[in-house]
Amino acid sequence: MSGVIFAIDPMLEGNVLWTPLLIVLVKVLLVFVVGLVATMLMVWFERKVIAGMQNRVGPNKAGPWGILQTLADGVKLFFKEDLIPERSDRFMFRLAPYLALVPAFLAFAIIPLGGDFRDGKGGLVTLFGQQTRLQLADPPVGVLFALAISSIAVYGIMLAGWSSGSKYPLLGSVRASAQMVSYEAALGLSLGAVLLVSGTLSTAGIVNLQSSIGNWNIVATGFVPFVIFLIAATAELNRPPFDLVEAEQELVGGFNTEYSSIRFALFFLAEFMNTVTMSALIVTLFFGGPQPIAIGTTTLDIPFIPNAIEGTVWLLLKVLVFLYVYVWFRATLPRFRYDQLMDLGWKILIPGSLGWFMLLAAQRVGRDAGWDQILVTLVTALVLIGGYGLLLAAQHVSRVNREKDGASF
Amino acid sequence: MELFVFVVAAAMVLGGALGVVTRSNPVHAAMSLVLTLFGIAVMFVSHNAHFLAAVQVIVYAGAIVVLFLFVIMLLGVDKAEDLSVEPITNQRPLAAIIGVGISAIVIAAIVSSRAGLGASGEGVDKTTLESPDANIRQLARVIFSDNVFAFELTSVLLLVAVIGTVVMARKTKAVGTGK
Repeated sequence: MSGVIFAIDPMLEGNVLWTPLLIVLVKVLLVFVVGLVATMLMVWFERKVIAGMQNRVGPNKAGPWGILQTLADGVKLFFKEDLIPERSDRFMFRLAPYLALVPAFLAFAIIPLGGDFRDGKGGLVTLFGQQTRLQLADPPVGVLFALAISSIAVYGIMLAGWSSGSKYPLLGSVRASAQMVSYEAALGLSLGAVLLVSGTLSTAGIVNLQSSIGNWNIVATGFVPFVIFLIAATAELNRPPFDLVEAEQELVGGFNTEYSSIRFALFFLAEFMNTVTMSALIVTLFFGGPQPIAIGTTTLDIPFIPNAIEGTVWLLLKVLVFLYVYVWFRATLPRFRYDQLMDLGWKILIPGSLGWFMLLAAQRVGRDAGWDQILVTLVTALVLIGGYGLLLAAQHVSRVNREKDGASF
Repeated sequence: MELFVFVVAAAMVLGGALGVVTRSNPVHAAMSLVLTLFGIAVMFVSHNAHFLAAVQVIVYAGAIVVLFLFVIMLLGVDKAEDLSVEPITNQRPLAAIIGVGISAIVIAAIVSSRAGLGASGEGVDKTTLESPDANIRQLARVIFSDNVFAFELTSVLLLVAVIGTVVMARKTKAVGTGK
């Protein structure tokens, strides 16, 4: 590949520019390894924490505190028999695990994993004389890349269920596609609120603006988009309480029922990788990513660690909080019923995030035009409440009509 | 490098398009369509239209084809079609005529405007290359100022389509009669 680039693009020729290429290669390798190790530890973390919440011991045999349990499971899965059902679509059946895994790794590429965002340095660190960011890619579309990737991730699950040639996986994948498409709208709209406040799409730019707690987007966007994003992200990940895709009690095992051996392991890996990525994305968007916690101008500094590495430590701490929250959700919340899931998505989250987005937009316009902020907020809130009232009235009417037709709830 | 990207992307687009037409299994055809859409997204990126590429993937590959697949799976038409049956008589010759006609129109359009083919355009705006966010700002300015009327009309059209679908899909036994 590098040979091809050099042959066609003479700009990269010469000894000086070997360093950026090397840095990129090292970054790719590093992000891949960090992703894999983080996923491995996440599986162990989830099993251990959930065991604690349920008064069990959890994995404790492989390695200290059972930390190598995932590795042992992975090796075991490698050596198991790989079954392909007779009535399956063989090509799609083989392709589906990779369609699930590749987006999971790609999304990790745009997360700023560290760097020094203090004193206007903007997350740039100097490596071997090159200014670079501690993130694999900073594409011009920034956060939209994550959105695009999460909308691609659904293919793996859909095709896995369909190509199995069996009814329970098919039901699981039909549920998955409906659920993921529905919640993506709410995810995108609450992301829109963040973009409106930040004024940039770049993840590094979004992190750079959140220098103290008062500037964190969770405060700047007024908390509601964060809540909607968290709920929608949980649904996108198909994690409890939104794990209807693989509801064991109803669908045997969901979309991955027919999968065994390493193909099953790939789905498992993709799912946990997505959890880690989504937690990191939440931290990046709403909690300042690798920025240290700061109130006003006083910064909570970790002594003896250089600022560039300190960013990674802060990111790790913040992501750990959300990983714990996801495990906590799983241990405490019962699964939604399918109609409840759709009601929550379409009747509460989407109107809610759209309304909040409009409120933020109105405030921006008001600030630019020099209107009274309180008045603008009040008027917008009244309009939104009126709109929501109309929505409720419409729902009531359609419900009454359906009951007249003989439907029962 | 640009040539390399173009060749790869064009191969993706054409291969996908051929797959859509030739695969008899609807799910395989839909996946070929995804390949085509990705190829187009790559071409958008190579022309510095990053936002369009992202939207292409999010809307077309991420939502519309997913809905296609959803309908295919839900209706259970995911079996390979029996191609020996023609639902409309003479549909194959008719399709061939229409296909040749459309290609003739496209070729005629290219031939008639061949004078402009060699000319290079103005190139990408400098501000777009320097700041990626400028790309989106320019798009937004064009859509929400000069073309705001067309934009709003399109959204009304989509709304009408959604409401029409709901009205047509609902089976109402006794509307307005009270019972």
